[in-house]
Amino acid sequence: MPDSVPSDSVGIVSPQTIAFNTPLELACGQTLEEYELVVETYGTLNEDASNAVLICHALSGHHHAAGYHCADDRKPGWWDSCIGPGKPIDTNRFFVVSLNNLGGCHGSTGPSSINPATGKPYGPDFPVITVTDWVHSQARLADRLGIQQWAAVVGGSLGGMQAMQWSLSYPDRLRHAVIIASTPKLSAQNIAFNEVARQAITSDTEFHDGRYYDFDTVPRRGLMLARMVGHITYLSDASMGEKFGRELREEAFKFGYDAEFQVESYLRYQGERFSETFDANTYLLMTRALDYFDPAWHTEGDLARALTPATCEYLVLSFSTDWRFSPARSEEMVNAMISARKKVSYAEVDAPWGHDAFLIPTPRYTDIFTAYMGRVARETGA
Amino acid sequence: MRPDLEIIQQWVQRGQHVLDLGCGDGTLLDFLQRERGASGFGLEINPEHITTCMGRGVSVIEQNLDSQGLDNFDDGMFDVVLMTQALQAVRRPDRVIEEMLRVGREGIVTFPNFAHWRLRWGLTLSGRMPESNALPYKWYNTPNIRLCTFKDFEALCKQKGIRIKSRRVVDGQHQNSWLARLWPNLLGEIAIYRITREES
Repeated sequence: MPDSVPSDSVGIVSPQTIAFNTPLELACGQTLEEYELVVETYGTLNEDASNAVLICHALSGHHHAAGYHCADDRKPGWWDSCIGPGKPIDTNRFFVVSLNNLGGCHGSTGPSSINPATGKPYGPDFPVITVTDWVHSQARLADRLGIQQWAAVVGGSLGGMQAMQWSLSYPDRLRHAVIIASTPKLSAQNIAFNEVARQAITSDTEFHDGRYYDFDTVPRRGLMLARMVGHITYLSDASMGEKFGRELREEAFKFGYDAEFQVESYLRYQGERFSETFDANTYLLMTRALDYFDPAWHTEGDLARALTPATCEYLVLSFSTDWRFSPARSEEMVNAMISARKKVSYAEVDAPWGHDAFLIPTPRYTDIFTAYMGRVARETGA
Repeated sequence: MRPDLEIIQQWVQRGQHVLDLGCGDGTLLDFLQRERGASGFGLEINPEHITTCMGRGVSVIEQNLDSQGLDNFDDGMFDVVLMTQALQAVRRPDRVIEEMLRVGREGIVTFPNFAHWRLRWGLTLSGRMPESNALPYKWYNTPNIRLCTFKDFEALCKQKGIRIKSRRVVDGQHQNSWLARLWPNLLGEIAIYRITREES
C-alpha cells in the first residue's frame, strides 16, 4: 500500500465469512447441504437497501475487489481501479458487495474445503458448479444482507455471465445488469483453450485424480501451464508486442530451449506465481462453469427468447482488441436484447490490452462506466 | 430544444417505440421518453455523445450506419425511425431510407437543402463550394458527402414508392415562413419529411 490511504480508495478492508445451512440444489443434481461464502463490502447500505451493487468475479477472481487488507499490502483488490470513493462504482453512494464464489479457493466452500461427510478435502468430489448455481447462492447472500433488489449486478468476463444470468433467474431482484467483456456462450475455440488448460492440470503426475491434498502435494506444473495458456488469451498480439517484442533476456541466442525471450520468462513467472496461490480443482471447476454457460440452451439457441423474463436495463461493454470475448460476441448479446425489446446500451471501447482491458482504466471506459453508474445512483436514490 | 426537434416531437405519439439514427447527445429521445412515454434506442458513433446518453438514461448503441447498417433490427419493430441532419453524411442515403422503412412503419428525416438560394448564389458569385450555417464545413473536411435538394429527395422517394406524409420546410432559424412555403426548394434551408410505405 502507498504510505497513506489514497483518497479514492476504500482503505483497509476485512473479509467476513457467512455460513449457510439451507441445502442448495445444484444444476448437476447434487445438493450442497451447507456452505460458506467469503464476502467483502464497501460503502454503506442505505435505509431502504436500494443502493446495493453486486460485483461478480471472473475465472481467477475473488472477494477482494477493492482496498487493502493491511498497510503492508503491495497491491489493492483486483478491481480497485473501478471501485472506491469517486470511482465509477462510487462507494460514497453505493453499498458494494463482493464475494468469492462457491467452488473458489479464497475462503468460500470449494474443492479444497473439508467435506463434512469425510473430514477430508472435497477434491474431485466437490460438485461441478454452474453460473446459475452461483446466482442462486448470491441470491441467498442478498437475502442475508437484507437486499431485496440490487441497484446493479456488475461483472467482467465470467462475471458478466453471472450478471446476465441474474437478469434471467431473478428478474425483479436487479435494476441494472452491467456486462463487460463477456459473451453469451463460449465458442469452440474458447472451450478448446479451456480443455488445454484442464489437460495440463489433470495430466500432471502430482494431480492424483484431484486428491493431491491427501498426498501433501499440488499439481504445480500443470496449473502453471494452464495459467500460461490462459494468460495468452487475456492479452492482445499488439500489447504483447509492445511489452516484450522479440526482446531477449541476454544479448544473443543461446541455441537452447530455456527461456531466452522476455515473453517466455514473463509467462513462466506469471504461471509460477499463480500456481502457488490458486487451487487446481478450482481452476477445473471455473473453466467448466465457463464452458457450460449458455442461457439459450433451453430455447433452441434463440438468445432473444431466452431473455424474455428479463426486466432490468443492460449496459454491455466490449474492448476493440479483446479476441477471447471479442466485440462481435457482445454484439450478439446486444442484438438479442434489442430483438427481445429489452433496454440496452452498448459501446465498444478502443483499448490495446485485449481481454484484460476490463481491469485497466482508460479514459473512455471510465467515463462511460461513471456516467452509467451515476445515473443508476440517481435513479435508485443512492 | 432545437426547433427542428420541437417539430419532430409533435409527430411522435404517446408510447411509441422509436429508433433515432445519429441520436447525438440524446436530447430528443430523453424528451420523448419523459414527455411521451416513448421507448427505444439511439444509434451513435460519437464517444462523448454516447457517454452523455448513457448518463441521462437514453438507451444508446454504438453502431456505424455505413459499415453495419440496420441488419440487427427486425422488420417493423419500431413505430417511428428518426434521422435528423445525418442523411447527407451517410455513404448510401438511398439504402438507409429503405432500411428505415423496413424496421419502422414511419420515418422522419431532416436534411439541409443544397438548392437554398444562398448556396446557389454563393456558388454562382464566388465559384467556390458554398458554406452556410447549415453547412459550415470546407469541401475537404465536410462530413456531408451526399448533399441533395428537396427535389432530389422527393424524386428518390417517388422512385422507391415511398409516400411523403408531410413536409415542413424551415429557414436557418427554423421558422416556417410563407415565402419558404411558396418556393421551398429555393428558400427553404432545412426540410423535415415524414415518410412511409403504408397506404394513406
